[in-house]
Amino acid sequence: MIKILVPLLGDDIAPRFDLAPEAYIALVDDNQKIVEERTIVLSEASAETLCRMILDERITMVICGGIEDEYYQYLVWKKVSVVDSVIGSSSKAIELAIKGALSPGSILMERSIPQKSAPST
Amino acid sequence: MSGSLVNEIVGIDSSRLSTSRVLDEVPIGIVILDSKQNILFVNRTLESLIGFGCEESYGIPCSYMLKCNHCFHGCPLKQLSLENRSVTTESNIINRNREKIPVRITSSLLLDQDDEVLGFIETFEDVRVLESECTKVERVLKLDDMIGRSPQIQRVFQMLPVIAQTDSSVLITGQTGTGKDLLAEAIHKASVRAKGPFVKVNCGALPETLLESELFGHQKGAFTGAVENRLGRFRLAHNGTLLLTEIGDLPLTLQVKLLSFLDDKVVYPLGSSKGVHVDVRVIAATNRNLEEMVRQGRFRRDLLFRLNVIRLELPPLCERKEDISTLLDHFLRIMSLRFKNRIKSFSPEARDILLSFRYPGNVRELRNIVEYCVNVCEGDTIEVSHLPAYLMEKQDSGIFDSAPASKDDDESEPVAVFKLDYPNWRAAEKKMIFEAMIKAKGSRSKAAAILGWGRSTLWRKMKRLGIE
Repeated sequence: MIKILVPLLGDDIAPRFDLAPEAYIALVDDNQKIVEERTIVLSEASAETLCRMILDERITMVICGGIEDEYYQYLVWKKVSVVDSVIGSSSKAIELAIKGALSPGSILMERSIPQKSAPST
Repeated sequence: MSGSLVNEIVGIDSSRLSTSRVLDEVPIGIVILDSKQNILFVNRTLESLIGFGCEESYGIPCSYMLKCNHCFHGCPLKQLSLENRSVTTESNIINRNREKIPVRITSSLLLDQDDEVLGFIETFEDVRVLESECTKVERVLKLDDMIGRSPQIQRVFQMLPVIAQTDSSVLITGQTGTGKDLLAEAIHKASVRAKGPFVKVNCGALPETLLESELFGHQKGAFTGAVENRLGRFRLAHNGTLLLTEIGDLPLTLQVKLLSFLDDKVVYPLGSSKGVHVDVRVIAATNRNLEEMVRQGRFRRDLLFRLNVIRLELPPLCERKEDISTLLDHFLRIMSLRFKNRIKSFSPEARDILLSFRYPGNVRELRNIVEYCVNVCEGDTIEVSHLPAYLMEKQDSGIFDSAPASKDDDESEPVAVFKLDYPNWRAAEKKMIFEAMIKAKGSRSKAAAILGWGRSTLWRKMKRLGIE
């Protein structure tokens, strides 16, 4: 069983852990199926509130965007696996995380402009 | 639109000028956005600041990549209009290295000849340098995030400005938890590279293959899974400082590559034969004995010589006991603010125990102990009962000194001197009370004053310990 928390902004992973207005929690069984899920609206956006929630809910994995090192180290110290700097939709990130294929810094967002026209630097 | 906007300015000369190359050399972070606030271009300075490259960022909405606090609290781009074409705001970002960086952002409209909005341009200035200038007064006891009043640490503080002004490689050695990373960051902030990025890599945290790509970058298709170009930490640290922590864990093959970089300042990304020149100051840190590793053939002698241009040794906390009291008060203040507690001080007994402890984990362990106490304590003073239990257990194991370290304030001579022959805290406390009662010639009020307790506390403890 893994219990995943994703700080949310709309349907996407919130760009910042400390400013996320919502959090999504999913319980994944050993068959890699989501057996329970819910979204919580946070009364105030704060990294401390989220950390407390993560420990109270006994979360085992956090998928988030930018997070300060202080909170990252704190969660790691509390044996929570943190995949940070992930950009894109929460559902896609969870899908990859369940397969063990999500890494820090992953960009899962569809680019609104074709990437091949990117300027060369 | 994006191509002509980003790549070329026509008319400066008969030939065309590459805007991106010009912008890359500007020492201020610059991002160019389209009219829907998607990123079109990020210059090298901003790449270093946010930790994502231009190609990675391309086409992504700016708020996801820049992670500014004002993306959540009123985007300044929404304030822009033909009448108000430029706005400057103070904000902060969290970058890929998990640093929260205060920045000054200037946002402007990009207009065509008919005043149609093509997009936006924003500049990002790292204002940490300016903020640290304001706190220079505190430097007698405080250097950046490092604190200390002991002669050993003051010597380091005094050497630091001189070291910062040179551009030589630095090797920082010292036990774990002594503040090697903080010292490296302080050197960076005091140097002329302060406006550039400070990038940290833990050489022991990644397997060899990943570490090579992490440090030197890779080309798309260099290996299975390399779906896009990666800049690598050396390139991200361009015009700044690269800290290689746990340098003793760097594999021998990468030691050769690092040596080659230190020689010619050129990095070769994995899968590319084309070298990229980068201007980076390298600081290495380790808790290992590199000379011993050289003797064992596990570390290259020539790399040690190259890194060992300037060497700083951070003393363990047990060798600078004068700092313990200062550090206890400092972390108590920080933790109380962080956890929104009203804890003001340590009780004399708790402070004595903390001053006597040897801190094998050094400052990091001291900070963790204070954090534990602040979490456990519900009143405004940290008592002995709020200390971690292992501190009491370790009193028997020789991990305490025979006398507490000096305190800030001049109190009467310490009553509590922890000796290893006490079987436990209860026995030590009993002995303390006896000694105080003897000194006070039997007066409980005076004994309580000597111990720094209230009369009722002394009475309660005497009752609990069975002292009549």
